[in-house]
Amino acid sequence: MIAEHAIILAVVLPLLAAPLCILLGRGFLSWIAASASVWTSFGLALHLLNRVLHEGTIRYALGGWEAPVGIEYRLDAAGALVMTVVTAIASIVLPYSYTSVRREIDEHKHHWFYACLLLCFSGLLGITVAGDAFNIFVFLEISSLSTYVLVSMGRDRRALTAAFKYLIIGTVGATFYLLGVGFMYQMTGTLNIEDLSQRLLAMSGDGVTPVYETTTIRAALSFLTVGISLKVALFPLHVWLPNVYAYAPSVVSAFLSATATKVAILIFLRVFYTIDGKAIPFEALPLAQTLVPFAVAGAVVASFIAVYQRDVKRLLAYSSIAQVGYMICGIGLATAAGLESGLLHLFNHALMKGTLFLAIGCVVYRVGQTRLELLRGVGREMPFTAASIVIGGASLIGVPLTAGFVSKWALLTAVLAEGRWVIAVLVIVSSLIAVVYVAQILHVMLIRKRPVGSERLREAPLWMVVPTFLLALSNLWYGVVDGRAADAARAAAAALIEEVAR
Amino acid sequence: MDYLGLFNYWVFIVLMMCGFYMLLSARNLVKKVIGLNLFQTSVFVFYISTGKVDGGAVPIATDGVDVYSNPLPHVLILTAIVVGVASTALGLALILRIKDEYGSIEEDEVDLQDALS
Repeated sequence: MIAEHAIILAVVLPLLAAPLCILLGRGFLSWIAASASVWTSFGLALHLLNRVLHEGTIRYALGGWEAPVGIEYRLDAAGALVMTVVTAIASIVLPYSYTSVRREIDEHKHHWFYACLLLCFSGLLGITVAGDAFNIFVFLEISSLSTYVLVSMGRDRRALTAAFKYLIIGTVGATFYLLGVGFMYQMTGTLNIEDLSQRLLAMSGDGVTPVYETTTIRAALSFLTVGISLKVALFPLHVWLPNVYAYAPSVVSAFLSATATKVAILIFLRVFYTIDGKAIPFEALPLAQTLVPFAVAGAVVASFIAVYQRDVKRLLAYSSIAQVGYMICGIGLATAAGLESGLLHLFNHALMKGTLFLAIGCVVYRVGQTRLELLRGVGREMPFTAASIVIGGASLIGVPLTAGFVSKWALLTAVLAEGRWVIAVLVIVSSLIAVVYVAQILHVMLIRKRPVGSERLREAPLWMVVPTFLLALSNLWYGVVDGRAADAARAAAAALIEEVAR
Repeated sequence: MDYLGLFNYWVFIVLMMCGFYMLLSARNLVKKVIGLNLFQTSVFVFYISTGKVDGGAVPIATDGVDVYSNPLPHVLILTAIVVGVASTALGLALILRIKDEYGSIEEDEVDLQDALS
């Protein structure tokens, strides 16, 4: 019976645990509640992923009302993959958060912090399972609103302005999405994404043009594309991201960088593959010509900007924008191989950026600073943190034997299979720039010496180092040993492409 | 083309662009939030106007009425309004905190203080 309802339990448990955290009112108790619900969701997500890979898409009719009249939850392989990423990262971040949050956030706000984190978490999970376009909007706003609160809890006052700008831009993005969905609803009379994909094929009112060729649907697609791009932080709509990641509490930076943009990318897949895939072949939309150039330009430009950052968290934020470029590039190719590489990079980027932000959080715990020049020689005295940064950085560049290499290689192969040499060259160029900025961090932290007379640092507390180091090792694990992530990405890509072909 | 028959769209487009212009151009943070609010509300107006069916009655089952207006957009917008209220409230709360920390709610002054620090 539990198995049957697993899909909704995974989303609802954290949603219920959030008010519980506030009622408990104490940091420690709410941390326990949050951990318990996040780990349960992780278990359920693994179970669901396994089932989806073996049995295909899972459907769940809310309250027993069948779609398209009722609201349907629908988990396909791509959704299950993203769900696993989100829950896995949350399960690693939570044990870490207790110590880190005690250092970075005032005592009386702790239970609010965990409540918001859980709300954000359940919003993100909701997007992965939602089978209807309006529900995606609602969950998107649940996660975004709680994200703004989480960001504003940063110690620096610039966190407030960052959160405010993010609120303005994020709400504009979500409203664009809402408007796009409204246009689609107006033309088809349905919100269920599978039903939408069918009804787009029908004839429109004039009896000559099919619905998907009408100007309204074109307009809807433009609004959806711009709206989601704002949430994905696709270059050049990325301006909100650097300050948000730079000034948010360490835990929040790690959690957001590994999950929020990934889930937004899933919405991209929903719109372009699940909804439009059948009616409008990807090639017929100018998306391959518009998305891919922006994605690749973002990969190069953002990497370049990252080199000049003096704050290590801002540097990593710009690198995130570049990495999002790789994912969108893979998805924009609209081939099975491209899609697979995009999804695989989505998984791997969560591992590497999660590792790096958690490791920087360990440094912040001891040093209290993120300016590169003040971190001289820190790595020499915090060996495990330094090792995590080395592994995460290598994975970010795409050094062989790391997870980053696997997905970047897949992306290059997919790009070359399409014969798009220019893009392949630009991807390599941006990876080379990544070498420069990662080397900068490592040079400052490992090779340069601590300022004379500075106090000797100790390694960060165990509760922080262990999750960080485990996540770092997972970069090697998925780079060398375990091919299951790649298999899941392949299955997800195949399922999405199949939807298009049907 | 019957442009006047589409007046509900004109209303929503004009409102939407007013709001959008306001949130882009206003330097005062509260004005930005008002612009954002207008921007969101215009989309609500659009949704609600699409629910109207010509000659349709209020969507409450009554004897002798065959054509009803479509109630679904209204229900959707109820949810969206809640979301809109939440973002406005959060935006204003953030402005309060910004005022506490920076002593100003003019974007230029806040940015200047950030640039100097």
